[in-house]
Amino acid sequence: MSERSGLNCVICGVGGQGNVLASRLIAQVLLARDEHVKTAETIGMAQRGGSVASHVRGGHPQSPLVPKGCADCLIAFEPGEAVRCIDYLAPGGTIVVNTQAAQPPVAALQGIDYDGSEALAYLRALPGVQLVEVDGASICEQAGSSKVLNIALLAAAVKSGALGITREELEDAIRERVHPRFHEMNLRAIMLMSE
Amino acid sequence: MPVKLLMGNEALGLGAIHAGVNFVSGYPGTPSTEVLETVAKHNDGSIHVEWSTNEKAALEAAAGAAYAGARALVTMKQVGLNVASDPLMTLSYIGVEGGLVIVVADDPGPISSQTEQDTRNFAQFAKVPLFDPASPGEAYAMIQDAFELSERHHTPVIVRPTTRVSHACGTVKTRGGVADCGASFANPTLDDDDASWERHVPSGFTKDTQRWVVFPRTSYLNHGKVERRAAAIADELSFGYRPNRIEMSGMGHAEVTRAFEERGDKRFELGIACGGISYHYVMEALEMCGLELPVLKIGTPYPFPAKLATEFLEAVDEVLCVEELDPVIERELNFLCGFEFLANTIHGKLDGYFGYAGEQNVEDICDVLADVADLGDRGTVLMSHWDSRDIRTVPAVTPKPELPPRPPVLCAGCPHRASFYAVKRAVGKRKAVFCGDIGCYTLGNAAPLDMVDTCLCMGGGITVAQGIETVDPDTLAFGFVGDSTFFASGITGVVNAVYNQHDMIVCMLDNSTTAMTGQQPHPGTGRTMMGTEVEPLSIPRILEALDVDCQIVDPLDFERAVQAVRDAMDKTGVRAIIFKSPCIYLEPPAHPAVKLDLDACIDCRACIKQLGCPALVVEDGHVAVDESLCYGCELCCKICPTDALREGGSDE
Repeated sequence: MSERSGLNCVICGVGGQGNVLASRLIAQVLLARDEHVKTAETIGMAQRGGSVASHVRGGHPQSPLVPKGCADCLIAFEPGEAVRCIDYLAPGGTIVVNTQAAQPPVAALQGIDYDGSEALAYLRALPGVQLVEVDGASICEQAGSSKVLNIALLAAAVKSGALGITREELEDAIRERVHPRFHEMNLRAIMLMSE
Repeated sequence: MPVKLLMGNEALGLGAIHAGVNFVSGYPGTPSTEVLETVAKHNDGSIHVEWSTNEKAALEAAAGAAYAGARALVTMKQVGLNVASDPLMTLSYIGVEGGLVIVVADDPGPISSQTEQDTRNFAQFAKVPLFDPASPGEAYAMIQDAFELSERHHTPVIVRPTTRVSHACGTVKTRGGVADCGASFANPTLDDDDASWERHVPSGFTKDTQRWVVFPRTSYLNHGKVERRAAAIADELSFGYRPNRIEMSGMGHAEVTRAFEERGDKRFELGIACGGISYHYVMEALEMCGLELPVLKIGTPYPFPAKLATEFLEAVDEVLCVEELDPVIERELNFLCGFEFLANTIHGKLDGYFGYAGEQNVEDICDVLADVADLGDRGTVLMSHWDSRDIRTVPAVTPKPELPPRPPVLCAGCPHRASFYAVKRAVGKRKAVFCGDIGCYTLGNAAPLDMVDTCLCMGGGITVAQGIETVDPDTLAFGFVGDSTFFASGITGVVNAVYNQHDMIVCMLDNSTTAMTGQQPHPGTGRTMMGTEVEPLSIPRILEALDVDCQIVDPLDFERAVQAVRDAMDKTGVRAIIFKSPCIYLEPPAHPAVKLDLDACIDCRACIKQLGCPALVVEDGHVAVDESLCYGCELCCKICPTDALREGGSDE
């Protein structure tokens, strides 16, 4: 955690990957601790397969947006988006990244061969950063749904210690904010990530 | 539960309910949409909530409700107020009986809009008070204050959140007052859980032609009243209304008052004036830079709290104005300097410290603070912590890889892609112009479809096409319009085309919903906002009534869709093609994902190059179908030259 009191976390990915729920769950954990929380999310036109980022801040934040160089943790649903948002990360911060690239339609069209490997190599070469790589596809397959990618990444971030929240707190937040129908598969994803 | 995590728009919706709102209307538009949806979600049945056909209809209906003594709320995005400006301008003169609050959400960036217009200017122009909340918590309080002010002064009132207030979440205390933002005029005990909030009982409409009928003579008299009203409200808001205040970073209210009283003739070298979300950016920037400066926070930019601002100007030498969009506060302060013979120097956008376009952020404000604090011969170093604008990010040892751009695109399976492609195929190399409109289908402009040549405003596609075909008669003119946009403001354009003998093809992209803003119902859907089943208005029957030749086709039935366009091209006058297929969010196609036969595929990439579907990707240097994205619309199967793309369910 940075010297500023309270958590600063940026969650980035592609519209439709479950980014907003991830930020609301972290916010829910902080709220349950009676912290003042602010979040900022991408909603609207940019959601249609575009780059999206959610910001979550605990403590007594002023701005809902994390300033550059202040994020304790960067959770990325795909490697290229992690690179796109890297300036938010604080020195010594943690990156949790899903290793599967999401190919933008533009890449196929322009003949750009994008598979995320260069982005991953860049992240691995960053000095003083804790990098947690998550094989999201494999976790989703084991959990039985591609919808649990957000929970798997959150669970990995929890396990890394970068969020300063516990597995139990995350599970409670899911029970509080997610429809009971989806509790079991989400809790299974957390279990798989925590092993 | 006293403390909730609320999105700014949810806070506005709940605040309106707690203010006893009776009537709510609006038209969807990012970033305003969730305000009305929140009221609908928490409606116990006592509140009338409707998506109106457009913003003008919404405001007029709400005005009627407020004439009859109801508390009425209207919601829209900033460009929606352009549509509603006709009733607004006159309503300011006529006034209301019950409170009338218009939530107009501005979109700095812009993130999801056609302009970066600043509604604070509209408030000045229309002479309507405007509240500018800085956070969800303040938004919750302000909308209640707005109802109270509206009713007391018989004026419509605007509440203007921006995206980072509307779509930010914050902890908001919803019982017995408000966290984060201090006291407000009226603070009834609030509790959304046990429905014990203030209920407002409308008085009913009282006839009074002097009051409710606009005439030149009454407007002359009302004009004077409106100006006196603005002056009275400005005085009222100058002192004792907490969202307008002077504070010092790191000091409580009492300490600030004392600091100002004890300063004697001493003046602060530099002060900050700000409003809206920029207030929070400023407070964080001051903290990051280790600066303690007096801050003038403006919560009601119109009528401007001039007396409070004058007090501030008398205590400081230079002022840095920090605000998104137009330099509204900055101009007011410059005006006050002239009006009151004050010698302050006002910095901001007018002298180039900040740019006009786009959002602000804490980092940029730190940079400008460093510049301004260095100005002149001050002797003291104001900037103790901010190290020559050095944002400490992680140092990279390898250069950043080039990232593919990731703009928003039409979804995989979106019927609009098929409609655009059918028109493109049918037109071929003929000279044609494709006039687009506002909605998801604006995304039809992107390569490889490249099927939107113009896009101006809601309903503008149909009419812009008419002007172009008149000047370029050898151009085949197409006007594209969505179903919700057609009802909102497309019908008048069709009437104009028929009446004035234009030669054009209207392409109705009917996906049975308002897709871009999140599936709101409209007059053609057969359902109202509160879920009542109604007879859907028939688009073909409307067009037939206007004497427009009309074909209906399923765009996913590709060959027939292309033929329908060809048939329309062979005719003259105003003719329409209704491409009818539901949005995939409404009704995902029940087909399995498309299969690619690798033996048949020659990797020509015609599918990718012509359709630009997100589910068609390149994997290991070869075309592949991303089955997690494919909805099985099977458009690609119809254009594959070697039939390598096949229906998912079919056996080999």
